[in-house]
Amino acid sequence: MGIGKSINRVDAVEKVTGGAQYTDDFSVPNCLVAKVVRSTIANGWVKSFDLSEAEKVPGVVKIVTCFDTPDIQFPTPGHPWSVEPAHQDVSDRKLLNRRVRIYGDDIAAVIAEDEVAAARAARLMKVEYEEYPVYITPEQAMAEGAVAIHEENPDNVLKHSAFHIGDVDFDQAIAGEDVRIVEGEYQTQTVQHCHIEVPVSYAYMEKGRVVVVSSTQIPHIVRRVIGQANGIPWGKVRVIKPYIGGGFGNKQEVLYEPLNAFLTMQVGGRPVKLELSREETLSCTRVRHAIDLKVKTAVRPDGRLVARQVIAVSNQGGYASHGHAIVANAINNFRHTYHDEKSLQADAYTVYTNIASGGAMRGYGIPQAAYAMESHMDDIARAIGMDPIELREKNCMQQGYVDPMSGITCYSSGLLECIRKGKEYIHWEEKRKAYQDQTGPVRRGVGMALFSYKTGVYPISLETSSARLILNQDGSAQLHMGATEIGQGADTVFIQMAAETIGFREENIHIVSTQDTDVAPFDTGAYASRQTYVSGMAIKKTAELFKSKILDYANYMLKIPADQMDIRDGNIVNKESGEQLLTMEKLAMEAFYSLDYSVHITAETTNHCKDNTFSFGVCFAEVEVDIPVGKVKVLDIINVHDSGTLINPRLAEAQVHGGMSMGLGYALGEQLLFDDKGRPLNNNLLDYKLPTSMDTPELHADFVQPTDSSGPYGNKALGEPPAISPAPAIRNAVLNATGVAVNSIPMNPQKLVEQFQAAGLI
Amino acid sequence: MYDIEKLYLAKSVPDAIAALTADPDAVIISGGSDVLIKIREGKLAGCSLVSIHGIRELNGVFMEEDGTILIRPATSFSHVTYHPIIQKYIPVLGDAVDQVGGPQIRNIGTIGGNVCNGATSADSASTLFALNAQLELRGPDGSRRVEIADFYKGPGRTDRAHNELLVAIRVRKKDYEGFGGHYIKYAQRNAMDIATLGCAVNVKLNPAKDAIEDMRLAFGVAAPTPIRCHKAEALANGQKISQSLFDEVGKTAVTEVSPRTSWRASKEFRLQLVEELSKRALKQAIINAGGAVNA
Amino acid sequence: MLKIIQMVVNDKPVEVAVDGRESLLDTLRNRLGLTSVKRGCEVGECGACTVLVDGEAIDSCIYLTAWAEGRRILTVEGLRGPNGELSPIQTAFVEEAAVQCGFCTPGLIMSAVEIVGSGKKYSREELRKLISGHLCRCTGYQNILNAMERIVNETYKVVGDGK
Repeated sequence: MGIGKSINRVDAVEKVTGGAQYTDDFSVPNCLVAKVVRSTIANGWVKSFDLSEAEKVPGVVKIVTCFDTPDIQFPTPGHPWSVEPAHQDVSDRKLLNRRVRIYGDDIAAVIAEDEVAAARAARLMKVEYEEYPVYITPEQAMAEGAVAIHEENPDNVLKHSAFHIGDVDFDQAIAGEDVRIVEGEYQTQTVQHCHIEVPVSYAYMEKGRVVVVSSTQIPHIVRRVIGQANGIPWGKVRVIKPYIGGGFGNKQEVLYEPLNAFLTMQVGGRPVKLELSREETLSCTRVRHAIDLKVKTAVRPDGRLVARQVIAVSNQGGYASHGHAIVANAINNFRHTYHDEKSLQADAYTVYTNIASGGAMRGYGIPQAAYAMESHMDDIARAIGMDPIELREKNCMQQGYVDPMSGITCYSSGLLECIRKGKEYIHWEEKRKAYQDQTGPVRRGVGMALFSYKTGVYPISLETSSARLILNQDGSAQLHMGATEIGQGADTVFIQMAAETIGFREENIHIVSTQDTDVAPFDTGAYASRQTYVSGMAIKKTAELFKSKILDYANYMLKIPADQMDIRDGNIVNKESGEQLLTMEKLAMEAFYSLDYSVHITAETTNHCKDNTFSFGVCFAEVEVDIPVGKVKVLDIINVHDSGTLINPRLAEAQVHGGMSMGLGYALGEQLLFDDKGRPLNNNLLDYKLPTSMDTPELHADFVQPTDSSGPYGNKALGEPPAISPAPAIRNAVLNATGVAVNSIPMNPQKLVEQFQAAGLI
Repeated sequence: MYDIEKLYLAKSVPDAIAALTADPDAVIISGGSDVLIKIREGKLAGCSLVSIHGIRELNGVFMEEDGTILIRPATSFSHVTYHPIIQKYIPVLGDAVDQVGGPQIRNIGTIGGNVCNGATSADSASTLFALNAQLELRGPDGSRRVEIADFYKGPGRTDRAHNELLVAIRVRKKDYEGFGGHYIKYAQRNAMDIATLGCAVNVKLNPAKDAIEDMRLAFGVAAPTPIRCHKAEALANGQKISQSLFDEVGKTAVTEVSPRTSWRASKEFRLQLVEELSKRALKQAIINAGGAVNA
Repeated sequence: MLKIIQMVVNDKPVEVAVDGRESLLDTLRNRLGLTSVKRGCEVGECGACTVLVDGEAIDSCIYLTAWAEGRRILTVEGLRGPNGELSPIQTAFVEEAAVQCGFCTPGLIMSAVEIVGSGKKYSREELRKLISGHLCRCTGYQNILNAMERIVNETYKVVGDGK
């Protein structure tokens, strides 16, 4: 009924008419404006402030500094809380910080009547600092004698982790073997999410409680962290999440809501709006970690991987945020995606520096891993003279794989079919042949890359979600979710899922899009491509319960055993014949208003998900490289995904387009730059090269749809995966075109010209 | 809301000149796409503005009696691009300003503002250099005319006095008639970007269309101000069209420019672009002038 | 400090007292409640605040309200038909799945109104250029272009060569 149909988004009409309300669209009377005052050094201490000039600015209501905020350290990542202290997130942040760790660190806040007054006061504040050397790279931060950015980590290493698969190490594995050793170092850059709506919140007090309206992916987690950061009971906090203008992981982070809650408490509960500028968003929220990966592989002449070694070093920036989880995820992916005959050793380091803090961003470490791993696979293929696809097929994950460390099982894999489809689409064989031995300034190439991606965070973290259904008098239903719509289409597919299981038409299920922690069921929110899987299972369970309650009431009304009836098209029917027995409206009216037996039919269940599975996909790209000017034009590109059964193919396709676009920016242009003082150089949308429509080629998406037995409707992760493989596919296409292996991204024109010059092509 | 101390909406050119004369710190605002951004950044926060937005006499494109094309400075980029006179006689200028920012910016940004900013990266500048444009400035004491090559004094600095307004940009008939032109904006993105290098060529061919009579080669972002490459031009004039000519023009142009290294691009990269783009722009300009390029 | 501005907003004459420092974005959102006009960068880079002034698409964040005196302003709120029906452009955005987070959508629709209003037929490449003043992080522009192409073609069929 509901699954597999490309219905229009349920929020589309609101969004094309301006009716959809985002955080800043709520008009709050007498609202004050807050502005964060930012440090003008990247490493050191605030010694003192001189507020005398700033306080004189007309319209300034209050200035609070890092000397006024509670001495509480709290964590900011949008992870489920752990009741075991050893598994809790790193608490290294305060509402405002005396210890400055990035350029633009939060050291004070001005509350004013309007933004001009707030900005003027912020400019007039005088700050005295104690300054330390600034570390931009992990190498600098790990050097002998470097100042500790956090006293808890004297060597600036937030964490080191390692694993080893196999009984022998690399050298033992290759002893006496006929193998070729291939080595490479692959560097990824700092990039930012660039959701078009900047982080914004309103905070005010109501009946002794703090209410925060915020643009967030994770309202229930925001509530918890506001409580933790301010030292107030969580029940005294109410968080409301309206429509949001994109998040991509940056709003899977508790950014400024705790500070805004603090600020409203400083002005007697008057509403305070705290909206970041685009510049602050780019350099003072979160970024995707720059990770360097060194990979060494021993491969047999027939392409079988014998052993690999991986060392990954992740630039964390000033605060832990999601911290080590991301680079750990990256190295785990080496283990998942390809299997070595004898040995895989992997090490990961997360290192504090003084640049913007790395956090969650679409793909959570896997775009970095895939760039390195898939570039490396093409390097191996060249080294042994093998077709890169054949090499991959020989070593990649197969259905039935069980991760020896986490137990995550590959219940379904359409990977080989994805490869076949992509290969056919791009005309792989013909083009690889045609593009051999090119000369001249403009050359073409084709390349590909694949990925595997797990769904949700189990078993590393808790996976839990609740859903609620309520029958209305007219026979329609309300669906309440804790899971959030962030633009990906969650509300629409949730409705389709509920419709499928209950037997309702989609138009008779009304979803409550806004999460208000006072009334929304609990769910940790939108991240890890988890919601269709984890929250989808909550919908399925809830819908089954809801259906059985309806059928029980039908049994009361009709005296027909419940198991002989069903719900189809929203009405009670004879299960065998399909004959309509009772309209839902009639049943609902009776249930509400019967003088004999009034029942309000509702259902709510929790899904504690203790499973996981892998989704897969490939990207194939054809490029034209204009060598003398270093430009890469993507002539054709396709992503083929295995995300299991698609709930809404049209929206799935749209999701893939967006991920591909993000992958293209990652490959060719985006990079957030800092100077040697840690100052951001390009934290605006002119200088940060987010692709425009003229930089984006036609995007093609295709799917294979094996049913995954662990997914509620045969489905598995889709949200993040599309961003993973375009960058290495394009890199490999450039390699095919020019013979030049570009081992760092972005492959921007200057870098390409330099490498082409070094290779003698210019 | 902008941190503006005072906003004066001038009603006419003399009114604007009087307002500027009265306030030595006032800043002229026309389209707003540069000035408002500087106010927001804090660079011009708290400034007083004299707005010339919407002054009718500063708007439009006209043909003067002697065939000179007159562009009023407050004409928006899109109105320059789509104006029939520009499309017919100097399409290269229309193409150049059609590469500024994006469509909304081109509907609001003005060609005069682009010139008066004094930025070497201005998309109109190198083309106006290659067209030998002449600027008319008006102050309290009347008007004066300045060749565009003499207008730029340094990064962000021009010959315009505080209380002068740019009131006309002129392209004389001798500088466009019979010419074909081409502008290449080289930037990392294909829209919404600032030029890493801008290269404009205007070329007039001999009647047989196989040799160059008059070539003008101009660059933006190859020096602190837009510049012409006179040596490369002299070398090309009178020469038959050939691949070796293109190569020589490219190599010579490199000797005439002085780009700098910034975080946006290195000097070496810009030099590579100077050499390559001068060849490409020249070839396309020759085609646009009715010639053929076999290379 | 306040100044009275008269303009026609969504076909309705409006007289509104504004602060001379306001951008048109500020005025439309805060004084007239037209919250479809979104703030994304405040420097004319993202296009989320695009509205039409006298028929031309501009970034309202870098347009002073003082300049709007006597002008006609159009926002997405002004596009619906007399009975609340969606305009063909809005319908195309809904049906082509051109909407995701929706934050860039109203601005893009306003550019589409300008483009379609020209009555010209545009190639897909031309459309790419005409919407290049809008940044979208969700869609890769693919379905937006599909919606634009559809509506441009539909309009061209009706209007023809603008003759």
